Amino acid sequence: MSNNFAIKTIDLTKKFGNFTACDNLTFEVHKGEIFGFLGANGAGKTTAMKMLSGLLSPTSGTAKIADYDIYKESEKIKKNIGYMSQKFSLYDDLTIQENINFFAGIYGLSNKLIKEKSEVVINELDLKKQQNKLVGSLPLGWKQKLAFSIAIFHNPAIVFLDEPTGGVDPVTRRQFWDLIYQSAERGLTVFLTTHYMDESEYCNRIAIMANGKLAAIGTPKELKESNSSSSMNDVFIQIARGKNYV
Amino acid sequence: MFNGFLGFFKKEFIQIFRDKKSLLILLGIPTIQILLFGFAITNEIRDVRIAILDYSKDNTTKEIISKIVSTNYFKLYKMLRNEKDIERAFQTGEIKEAIVFSQNFGQNLEKFGKANVQFINDGTDPNTATTIIGYTNSIIGQYQNEITRTRQIPLIITPEVKMRYNPELKGVFLSVPGLISIILMLISAMMTSISITKEKESGSMEVLLVSPIKPAVVIIAKVIPYAIISVTIATIVLTLGRFVFEVPIKGNLILLFAEITVYVIMSLSLGILISTVAKTQQVALFISLIGLMMPTVLLSGFIFPIENMPIWLQPFTYLIPARWFIVIIKNIMLKGSDFSTILNETLVLFLMILVTISISIKKYKIRL
Repeated sequence: MSNNFAIKTIDLTKKFGNFTACDNLTFEVHKGEIFGFLGANGAGKTTAMKMLSGLLSPTSGTAKIADYDIYKESEKIKKNIGYMSQKFSLYDDLTIQENINFFAGIYGLSNKLIKEKSEVVINELDLKKQQNKLVGSLPLGWKQKLAFSIAIFHNPAIVFLDEPTGGVDPVTRRQFWDLIYQSAERGLTVFLTTHYMDESEYCNRIAIMANGKLAAIGTPKELKESNSSSSMNDVFIQIARGKNYV
Repeated sequence: MFNGFLGFFKKEFIQIFRDKKSLLILLGIPTIQILLFGFAITNEIRDVRIAILDYSKDNTTKEIISKIVSTNYFKLYKMLRNEKDIERAFQTGEIKEAIVFSQNFGQNLEKFGKANVQFINDGTDPNTATTIIGYTNSIIGQYQNEITRTRQIPLIITPEVKMRYNPELKGVFLSVPGLISIILMLISAMMTSISITKEKESGSMEVLLVSPIKPAVVIIAKVIPYAIISVTIATIVLTLGRFVFEVPIKGNLILLFAEITVYVIMSLSLGILISTVAKTQQVALFISLIGLMMPTVLLSGFIFPIENMPIWLQPFTYLIPARWFIVIIKNIMLKGSDFSTILNETLVLFLMILVTISISIKKYKIRL
């Protein structure tokens, strides 16, 4: 029934005491889609992502990730998703190869598979020469690409990227998006949070969060048209302002 | 899952050994500390100037005096004539102890089997004073044993001889058990709490929690390398103590290491508990040092004897794992005790482990 959806949530809510971080979120993400989650700091996008990736348990509501129930089948979900945190979260004191071995290892991949696949990945990223260098010595852009490759190393159905392009220059960001497109073409669903408005235009569809609620959802084109704006920046300001001041 | 565990284990070790500076500090500090405690900060006394006021002047007191003076520990400054001389001798700062024999000392001992002797000490340096009293006590105690042997009714001079298992009151005898307790606490609790919070700080903990690896496996895999390092350090300290300072290990080695392991697990679980509270490495370090190290040093009985603490403070020492562990390790090393004598202390440690881990699990769940 929900076979076309990578993520489907109904009234997903998270409360911290009296504060409602996510208020009745209902939305779907299609398989193979690049789905952007936008919002100001504190709008609840990170909380939403944490619930979807299993880091936080929801207060109420339901969600299905890769057709698995978020409450009952969390173990299966874990095997089928990848996650890349804001800080890229590689071990600086391990080499590139050691990082790959470690993260692939905790997903239960066999040594043989890790060896074969890491060769492909390292060649794709053009990191052959740096293979045995410490990750700490790599420029941020390389770390970012490596972190992404490691997040999808175990072939997840969905990858969650938490503000993946923070702190890197526009050229590197563009390169990173190429990498995301390549993976999406292979059928990977990409779910990312960002507050770079120009970047949101690269997404197939986006959702904008304001004050814990889902304020708008649609393709960038749809959102621009319905708000009669020329850029996502204007759309975002209108929606965020509207919620705050009206 | 086991593969994931092994990979984790390997990663931890690579990280620990790659950080050569930290590793050097980790292994170097205990070595330096034991050498410092052994050589420099010694409680041993030598050529302490004493004065003696002998109201009795009989054979018994003469024999005791000659015994005291003939040791290397004491040097007779003066035989005093009256009470006033005592004050004068202290005021000029020349003596550390005055020994006063009561009148008819020898007679009382013969007749009633009891006689009194008074030690007057310079209390400005309590530690030295305690040590000197211990030395004097043990000399008199020895004498008492000698003369009692030839009689049927025991003769009592001093009520009790303290610290009989360290007759020479060698400071290093006490330093080794105390140091092991503190160093193990420091390394196990501090290093694990720092290494776990490091994962939190760098964001890799999130990645691990999203992955199928179980949080318990993450924690165990992170903790075991430090357990191994801690036991290695304990071995270094014991070896140095044994071969450099001749601190005996009278008891069973297997029992000793089993107890060390229990204590290490205790310290590790404290480290885990700290890491559930601390968000950054600095906070973890701070909590470990102030919240753990200070009380351990102050309240474990290692430096300040628990018996000398105010009554209201003494119950707090029960909360310090090192307090129990020092008793265990002293018993095994210096007295050669078997397991039955240290059963209670061991049970207390196990109880502490249970409580700490339960709280950690609870805290951990609340956080998620």
